[in-house]
Amino acid sequence: MSNKDQYLIKTEPFYQAQGNEVTLYEAAYHAKLPVMVKGPTGCGKSRFIEYMAWKLQKPLITVACNEDMTASDLVGRYLLDANGTRWLDGPLTTAARIGAICYLDEIVEARQDTTVVIHPLTDHRRVLPLDKKGELIEAHPDFQLVISYNPGYQSLMKDLKQSTKQRFTAFDFDYPTAELEAQIITQETGTDAALAARLVKIAQTARNLKGHGLDEGISTRLIVYAATLIRRGVAAPDACRMAMVRPITDDADIRSTLDHAIDAVFA
Amino acid sequence: MATGIHSVTDTRSQEFAHPQVQAAWKTLDCGFAPVAAVFEECLYEALTRFNQQQLAAYIDAARVIGKLGRGPEPLLAFLEEWPTVVASASGDQEPLLPQVMGAIRAMQKSPNSKAITPFLQTLAAVARRLQSVDQIGIYIDIALDLMVRTSVSIHGHHTTFPSPGLPHFFDLAPRLLGLLSTAGLKSWTDYGIRNYAHHPERQEEYFRLDSADSRAVLQRERHGTLFADVERQLDLYLRALWQDSQQLVPYSTAFDSQIKSVPYYDALGLRVPDVLDDDRGVSGLDRYRAVLAHMVGHRRWSKPQIADNWSPFQRMAVEFFEDCRIETLLIREFPGLRRIFLALHPKPVEGACDPVASSCLRHRLAMLSRALLDPDHAYVDVTLNAFVARFHAALGDGESSTNEIAQMALSYVTQTRRQSDQLAKVFFDDTVIDYRDDNRQLWRFIEQGDEEDAFDEERKLDRSDEIVGLPPRHYPEWDYQSVTFRPDWVSVYEGLHPSGNAAVIDQLLEKHAALAKQLKRLLELLKPQDKVRIRYQEEGSELDLDIALRSLIDYKSGSTPDPRINMSHRTDGRDITVMLLLDLSESLNSTVAGSQQTLLQLSQEAVSLVAWAMECLGDPYAIAGFHSNTRHDVRFHHIKGFSEEFDDSVKARLAALEAGFSTRMGAALRHAGHYLSHRKADKKILLLLTDGEPADIDVDDGQHLRADARKAVEELAATGVTTFCLSLDPKADEYVSEIFGRHWRVLDKPEHLPQVLPMLYASLTA
Ligand SMILES: Nc1ncnc2c1ncn2[C@@H]1O[C@H](COP(=O)(O)OP(=O)(O)OP(=O)(O)O)[C@@H](O)[C@H]1O
Ligand SMILES: [Mg+2]
Repeated sequence: MSNKDQYLIKTEPFYQAQGNEVTLYEAAYHAKLPVMVKGPTGCGKSRFIEYMAWKLQKPLITVACNEDMTASDLVGRYLLDANGTRWLDGPLTTAARIGAICYLDEIVEARQDTTVVIHPLTDHRRVLPLDKKGELIEAHPDFQLVISYNPGYQSLMKDLKQSTKQRFTAFDFDYPTAELEAQIITQETGTDAALAARLVKIAQTARNLKGHGLDEGISTRLIVYAATLIRRGVAAPDACRMAMVRPITDDADIRSTLDHAIDAVFA
Repeated sequence: MATGIHSVTDTRSQEFAHPQVQAAWKTLDCGFAPVAAVFEECLYEALTRFNQQQLAAYIDAARVIGKLGRGPEPLLAFLEEWPTVVASASGDQEPLLPQVMGAIRAMQKSPNSKAITPFLQTLAAVARRLQSVDQIGIYIDIALDLMVRTSVSIHGHHTTFPSPGLPHFFDLAPRLLGLLSTAGLKSWTDYGIRNYAHHPERQEEYFRLDSADSRAVLQRERHGTLFADVERQLDLYLRALWQDSQQLVPYSTAFDSQIKSVPYYDALGLRVPDVLDDDRGVSGLDRYRAVLAHMVGHRRWSKPQIADNWSPFQRMAVEFFEDCRIETLLIREFPGLRRIFLALHPKPVEGACDPVASSCLRHRLAMLSRALLDPDHAYVDVTLNAFVARFHAALGDGESSTNEIAQMALSYVTQTRRQSDQLAKVFFDDTVIDYRDDNRQLWRFIEQGDEEDAFDEERKLDRSDEIVGLPPRHYPEWDYQSVTFRPDWVSVYEGLHPSGNAAVIDQLLEKHAALAKQLKRLLELLKPQDKVRIRYQEEGSELDLDIALRSLIDYKSGSTPDPRINMSHRTDGRDITVMLLLDLSESLNSTVAGSQQTLLQLSQEAVSLVAWAMECLGDPYAIAGFHSNTRHDVRFHHIKGFSEEFDDSVKARLAALEAGFSTRMGAALRHAGHYLSHRKADKKILLLLTDGEPADIDVDDGQHLRADARKAVEELAATGVTTFCLSLDPKADEYVSEIFGRHWRVLDKPEHLPQVLPMLYASLTA
């Protein structure tokens, strides 16, 4: 059981609800339905799942997906040891066994042949076949599969197959409204409301450029970074440039425009 | 005025009351009546500025100029202008006079003596611009260089002809120097000399600023922030800070210096000057931003008012108040704007306008405007301060409205009214706020005549909304002789190629079924091999049993096992994107020797096949064609877009291929490259199919378009696009490598094109 405990969230994460997503999520969880959370980077998807795991008092296993990831990275593999080879469960298998919420972050990054291993877990059978081991695991009743994906970077190459998409219920996240976002910044970092509002204003100017030279605007996460730097004594315009502008673009025109916005916000 | 003029025929004997004037007149030894008429006045002016020695030099120089044999004009110009010239050059006559006299002598000795008068006539204005002896010296050098390089002696004639451009150059010099630094003037002049030294008429046109390239080069050399250079930044600014995506349209400030244009906006866009200098500590770019922010404010918050009910004074007041209201709202959104607005907003001095002598309403309103925006204005006028308080109360936390603010403006006019407001003489100092637009959108006129106008205007706008084609894109062209780009030289119009019957292309493909089969085998080899196994991995997706067993044995036998017992897979991608660019010039219509087909028909077959091949390989590709009819009309026809399938609509366009006109290759390459550069791919290829060298009817020098095409290829290479040329011109070897380096092939037997092109593509991308 200690195995299970290590995945429990001990203290309540701060999560600012944007709507009724908390109730909806609980409903999906109790109905044993898999969940997909969509939305731009750094808008609170991971934080939301963390919060739900805490609220439901279920263990949470998070896997950050990448393009080198293979099915065995999720399911498990044989390793060599003194007595020959030994099977080691992958995170997905562990979650299915112990009844955890398994959160596959940025699932589109994984190759499509990797994605399909989750299919049997998402239909009514809720099973996970371990082909190599010759075992069929029935998922623990508490087990739930959650995937996240950011439709923003989806290129033609990187999109979820319809057959994958159609196995999930979905939440569409976006950056919160200005007031809510400022509240989040205040709560997360302890900055005052006026400063938070200005930082949000700058982020919004960048978000207006999405599709016009920016793939993504400035995320809530980056605003949190900027606010954190300012709390530690960095001058606000410098903190904004460093945490909010420089990371998102190398385009000189955009940089100069956002730098101007920073100066225009901090009179 | 001269005193004691007798009606004498010889003015030499004229008497002046002032002894110094009299003495100078003697020295001048001048017989021109018009000179005698102004001499005394000139001398008085000179006496106040010059010491004895300087005065003597001035008169000596004048004497020389009077005896050039060019009538009274040069002397008049010199006598009248010279004291101002010296004053502009901080009073220092000594180094300047010899230079000017040297220039005059040089013109007199060459056949350019006609230019002396314009030279002297504009010298004072030039000096006012340049303000230093050194700069004036540079100006004179530029002029003399122009003179020397454009006075030509034609072979076989014994005479030398005067420079056609020089007098125009002098005429325009003050205006040019208002726009250009001396360095800019030098480049502009050089360009004219280089290109038109041997074309007298075109040279004159150039130096009169009457030709397009003359204006274009002037524009390029101007000082300040050019709209063209910051257009993208301004678009981003509008979008990012104001969520406005209105079109920006520059208006020219160089050519109608008489009327000072003011920004404005209408249905077609936000109109801004084509250049803005840094000014009052604000960069040109920030000045543009201020102009745009102000117009955005009107677009967001201003409601048009009926103008007929109000007097011009009342309307002016409403405009000032409304401008301040929207700026207050703008500043609320971005507080940093206040700094820029205040830096640019004049600070009228309280009491500067005398209400007895002139109309002060403008002055009062400008002061109020300052006070409404500047919390530290320090004006003491009671009414002004009362209205400032009223204004801020009205805005509070809300937006107020154009209506409410207009009422306030009217009551301001009433409360501060003065009889003298009606005076014709308006006090203008410090009242012009140059980042504000002309407020034409604020007013609606409902009087009969105006209504019709308005109706007309609307109709006009409707029509322009209907423009079917896209506006042209402008590209520079490389001038190898001056080693510079001619800016915005070529206009490229693009559109979809007209369609024909798609079945024609299917028939062509059928005809080449055998060839297609052969190709297919080759293409199979090129197709991405789905998976490649990577062995010897410590971490991998699968256990590599062979290696694992070996390691296990090692381990059991006590030696160190190799830990790299896994393997993984990698998809071997082929990430190529291609633009196939077809020359569609007139020459494609010629029939190929020993064949019934024209080059165009062969190209059509070849393109169909290569399209089919690319389709097999799954490489994203586009097809386009081009031809040109002078630099003003380069046509770029889209035949297949990257995202289109090779379907019937594409085949229909391909079936309708038509050839005509010339081959301005550089512009077409640049435009094709523009599309490719926006693609994401490891390898971007521009494949050009042509039958000859670049040419166009408005270019005589064949080398010019070749050099430009070569430049275009280099530019593309720099953005990661590889250009390859397949030429059908048997004589192409002479020039093709000059343009394309090693990336070309000449096809001696055009009839083989349908086979060769797909094969070539396959081998290029293998
Ligand atoms: N609704 C919210 N309540 C509390 N904090 C939030 C909220 N939204 C965003 N945040 C803050 O933003 C940060 C980033 O959020 P999170 O990591 O959940 O983003 P994400 O959507 O998962 O991004 P990615 O797609 O890049 O993984 C959090 O660490 C938190 O500080
Ligand atoms: Mg996340």
